[in-house]
Amino acid sequence: MSEALAPRPFSEPSPLARWLAAMVVVTYAVVSLLPLAWIGATAFKSQSDAIAYPPKVFFTPTLEGFVDLFTVQTRQPHDFIAKLPPPSSWYEKIARDRDMVIAGPSRVVERFLNSLIIGFGSTILATFLGTLTAYAFSRFKVPFADDLMFFILSTRMMPPIAVAVPIYMMYRYLGLYDTRIGMILLYTAVNVSLAVWLLKGFIDEIPREYEEAALIDGYTRLQAFRKVVLPQAVTGIAATAIFCLIFSWNEYAFDLLLSNGQAQTMPPFIPFIIGEGGQNWPAVAAGTTLFLVPIVIFTIALRKHLLRGITFGAVRK
Amino acid sequence: MSGTEKIQALAGRVPDQAVSDRQKRFVGLSDRFIAWLFIAPTMFLLLAINIFPLIWAIRLSFTGFMANLPNPARFIGIDNYVDILTDEDIWQHFQVTAHFVLWTIALQVLIGFGLALLINQKFRGHSFWTTLILLPMMLSPAVVGNFWTLLFQPQIGPFNYFIGFFAQVAPSSFTMIGSVDLAPWTIVIVNTWMWTPYVMLICLAGLRSIPDYIYEAAEVDRASAWRQFWTITLPMVLPFLMLSVLFQAIQSFEMFDMVNLLTSGGPGSTTELVSITLKRAAFEKWETGYASALAVILFVTIFGAANIYVKVLNKVKQQ
Repeated sequence: MSEALAPRPFSEPSPLARWLAAMVVVTYAVVSLLPLAWIGATAFKSQSDAIAYPPKVFFTPTLEGFVDLFTVQTRQPHDFIAKLPPPSSWYEKIARDRDMVIAGPSRVVERFLNSLIIGFGSTILATFLGTLTAYAFSRFKVPFADDLMFFILSTRMMPPIAVAVPIYMMYRYLGLYDTRIGMILLYTAVNVSLAVWLLKGFIDEIPREYEEAALIDGYTRLQAFRKVVLPQAVTGIAATAIFCLIFSWNEYAFDLLLSNGQAQTMPPFIPFIIGEGGQNWPAVAAGTTLFLVPIVIFTIALRKHLLRGITFGAVRK
Repeated sequence: MSGTEKIQALAGRVPDQAVSDRQKRFVGLSDRFIAWLFIAPTMFLLLAINIFPLIWAIRLSFTGFMANLPNPARFIGIDNYVDILTDEDIWQHFQVTAHFVLWTIALQVLIGFGLALLINQKFRGHSFWTTLILLPMMLSPAVVGNFWTLLFQPQIGPFNYFIGFFAQVAPSSFTMIGSVDLAPWTIVIVNTWMWTPYVMLICLAGLRSIPDYIYEAAEVDRASAWRQFWTITLPMVLPFLMLSVLFQAIQSFEMFDMVNLLTSGGPGSTTELVSITLKRAAFEKWETGYASALAVILFVTIFGAANIYVKVLNKVKQQ
């Protein structure tokens, strides 16, 4: 009997079915990425191209949006600009070409810095606390362990808006309102539940025998934890940290309600990048693009652990 | 070597050993102590930043307190709860929320499960395309809501052109965000765009957990592909699907970020989800007591859902 007539095993779909499936999936992927591509493109459009009617797919790229994002500019009469000394940098030239003079840097760098400080601060703290707690739940007999784990998970389910009012009053009282440290503590509290659940899964997977061997060799519990368990859990800890970082980076509601400028991060700031008369779309798109690029990189780096991360470690591959 | 030197060396060693023994007892903390040492900071943080505010909110919900006025909180019993539960506007916001949750989940499940079935055909490059499809769910919902306002602009945005091209209608003949009829769909569309990958990824894990031999056995029994789907694929994926649905139900029920920036509840109150109502009551009208009562109602609902969630989660884990 020839090979072609042999029944094909079920797990192998026919070539035609495969090809059709590929077509549909690729079409979906392309269509669902169009909005992102549009924002990326708008970042490189001029103001008039960005609000052209009908919308422009082809345009001459420019860095106007990025210059607008990072600087504060004022419009000046044409002959005033002609009298000025020639522009000293490429970004001044871009502004001058539109009869604008750069008055100084915008606040976007501060906001970006806040996002970084609050993001990394809360990530480090949440991962540190999460590792300790996860280890304790994984290795020791803790009374009411299941209830405590559920309690930790349930804090994550709490809608931010529901607790925002008392936290607002508490922060006002403690002087934590609109401070970076206040936001770091808040984001840590939200992230630590995810960190504990994810890391418990990762630590559960490390065989206990390694540690027990170390204990017999005269290591103390803490030494065994530091020198045996932690090195084994590095991948899990890194994946957890990136998930915490992404959450803190993306968070909006708490920062909107509990900061007032000093501790403002990027998400509440981006919608208020305003030019003359309404939103300056190229600048908004430029800010959005810069803000989203790290997430895209992290998502690709994390792709093997995504499933765990989004299900609190319930589903593993 | 003299005897004294030996004795000195011995003497020097003996106290050393005693110290190291004592240190060992000191450093070698009991397991129970370490367990509590490791758990306590996390618990303290959660109690301070989650539970304490929650208890405070419950207390405030029985008062007519307004956070922008210096007047002390006045106890008014369950008046806030009675006000909320008899307010037709609140019921309307709950209906808007239910509409949003049901439609977005129905679409996510249909598209997400469908995509998972297709990706499971393991065509060449499927993992590359899967990663690309996953991108939207990792983005900041607030930033997503903000940039979709550009895409939905009736004249300068591409969305209307895209729809107009396929539906053969003039792109400027309709507005998405400004229209009372279409605005509720904008939040459904954006939420579905964002979270379909979530359902897809979990369904894919479900599909991959089904061992091949089950299908092989079905093949031997000459079960049709249709029958195999209903008797093997669907029941085996169902716990995974339910997990994703529960998570998404909670997530869209408490949705705030994306909707606040996309439509901020408008036009009128056609897209005003309960969380938007809550934010308005708490931070615009400063009716702190009333808002706290609404927050408690919201929290009780979600806590109930979370309870079910954990039960399903444990079932999935057992498989």
